[in-house]
Amino acid sequence: MGEFIKIEHLCHNYTGQNDQVVKALDDIDMSIQRGEFVAVIGTNGSGKSTLAKHLNALLLPSDGDCLVEGMNTKNEDDIWNIRQKVGMVFQNPDNQIVAAIVEEDVAFGPENLGIPSSEIVERVDYALKAVGMQDYRQHAPHLLSGGQKQRVAIAGIIAMRPQCLVLDEPTAMLDPQGRQEVLSTVTHLNREFGITVVYITHFMEEAVQADRVVVMAQGKVVMSGSPKEIFSRVELLKDLGLEVPVAADMAYRLNEKGIKLPDQIITNEELAVALCQLS
Amino acid sequence: MSIILNSVSYRYMADTPFAKTALDDINLEIAKGEFVGVIGHTGSGKSTLMQHLNGLLKPSDGQVMIEDVNIHDKSQQAKDMRRKVGMVFQYPEHQLFEETVFEDIAFGPRNMGIDEAEVEERVIWAMQFVGLDYEEYAKRSPFQLSGGQMRRVAIAGVIAMKPEYLILDEPSAGLDPRGRNEIFEQIAKLYQTTGITVVLVSHNMEEVARLVNRLIVMHSGNIILDGPPAQIFQFHQPELLSAGVDVPNVTALLALLKQQGLAVDQSILTHAEAADSIYQAIRRQQSC
Repeated sequence: MGEFIKIEHLCHNYTGQNDQVVKALDDIDMSIQRGEFVAVIGTNGSGKSTLAKHLNALLLPSDGDCLVEGMNTKNEDDIWNIRQKVGMVFQNPDNQIVAAIVEEDVAFGPENLGIPSSEIVERVDYALKAVGMQDYRQHAPHLLSGGQKQRVAIAGIIAMRPQCLVLDEPTAMLDPQGRQEVLSTVTHLNREFGITVVYITHFMEEAVQADRVVVMAQGKVVMSGSPKEIFSRVELLKDLGLEVPVAADMAYRLNEKGIKLPDQIITNEELAVALCQLS
Repeated sequence: MSIILNSVSYRYMADTPFAKTALDDINLEIAKGEFVGVIGHTGSGKSTLMQHLNGLLKPSDGQVMIEDVNIHDKSQQAKDMRRKVGMVFQYPEHQLFEETVFEDIAFGPRNMGIDEAEVEERVIWAMQFVGLDYEEYAKRSPFQLSGGQMRRVAIAGVIAMKPEYLILDEPSAGLDPRGRNEIFEQIAKLYQTTGITVVLVSHNMEEVARLVNRLIVMHSGNIILDGPPAQIFQFHQPELLSAGVDVPNVTALLALLKQQGLAVDQSILTHAEAADSIYQAIRRQQSC
């Protein structure tokens, strides 16, 4: 383990309408461990995407620091090193695909890094296998499903051998099956390859899969903890305009009705077990 | 008074080696006043079907009739019928283009030749419907709004044309839970107060289950299920699974509890009712 990303007093200001200063990020302190899977949730405009863009120096702090393996994103000499360590995947797969053949698309990143072509072939193989798309290497990306396209986009990042993946709502445009494909790919990369994951999402069932959930509101981190700790705080999350998994909501509603259930129920299976033990 | 599809088939890239049947002999009637949900896996033909409802795509075989007029006739009547169908595409905010919110919403009605006084009235009405304050937003640039607000401007632009049939393709994609709820509440309100016919394509099973009174499930270009949502989610889970469609989270939870021997009502689709049902089941048996 050990610390991979350290954020200290991070602020990001931009000028909004009528020249007033808007604090998109307001004095954030955060630490992300190597190999950790962190989900970030929050309403639109809470600062999630702004935070993500600081992690590989696409944005620079107005105040405070963002350190990746000790390298400060403000230090221009380190920017390329930081970007090789932290890869980004965005919402819309169609905006991230550059080539007409899957394997060429995946090769684009390593080619840009100046990797020798023999090694590129190896890396493309490795990356496509890691996301389970090895059978599609000769396919045209535009004919793939949304989930498949997003996995190709992830492979393109993996081929650059990053240590951390930052995904900004990677499943927002996908159907339930595509969402499942992307989430299990990311979980696999985290567990099997030890890649640190920062996963921004509006889907609470996805956030449940993480080691830690960070809740953002109005540019601040309002809560951080295990999925169990976070999602059992039903009232607070609803006040923030967020949802909770259906089992957590049921447990909360049943408690309100006077049925005593154990704390921190967040999955259907846990609720079923708890209800069976009532007698 | 309805939209009727008679044996509609559609093939992409017909007569080439890449030909693909996207719709396969579809027969469907959408009656006035219905609220229809359409679900299906990506590539099942949902969007292709939607684009037939207002003549954006022409069937390879079969006809699309709106109120007994074939919408692909070259008559003025057919044109009028096509205008009765308003379409909100996926990510409609990508189609905003005017300098102010007012101008953007006014574009459709103006194109229909409506006089300026009524255009203004319609913009005010449409903005009110989607929950955007006229005074605050009419003069603003649509591009300086949040994603959810831009989405509402785009929807207002369609309903300002006062369509009789409203088709929405994934209106909540990419919005946060609060934004999703707001959009769905506004659609429900529009349906209840104006009697508009709504066809809603969505991957959000919870919302579909709660809102619509008829559910259509598509798979490989066919309609495989068609009926009330509670019935479809309760009794057709195997078919839904093979069509690559999820059931609502509540349905999945209730199915699991039932399997564990708790006598819950599996036709329930809202959280509040589900909690009641579980509560009563526990009170009744006290064990399982």
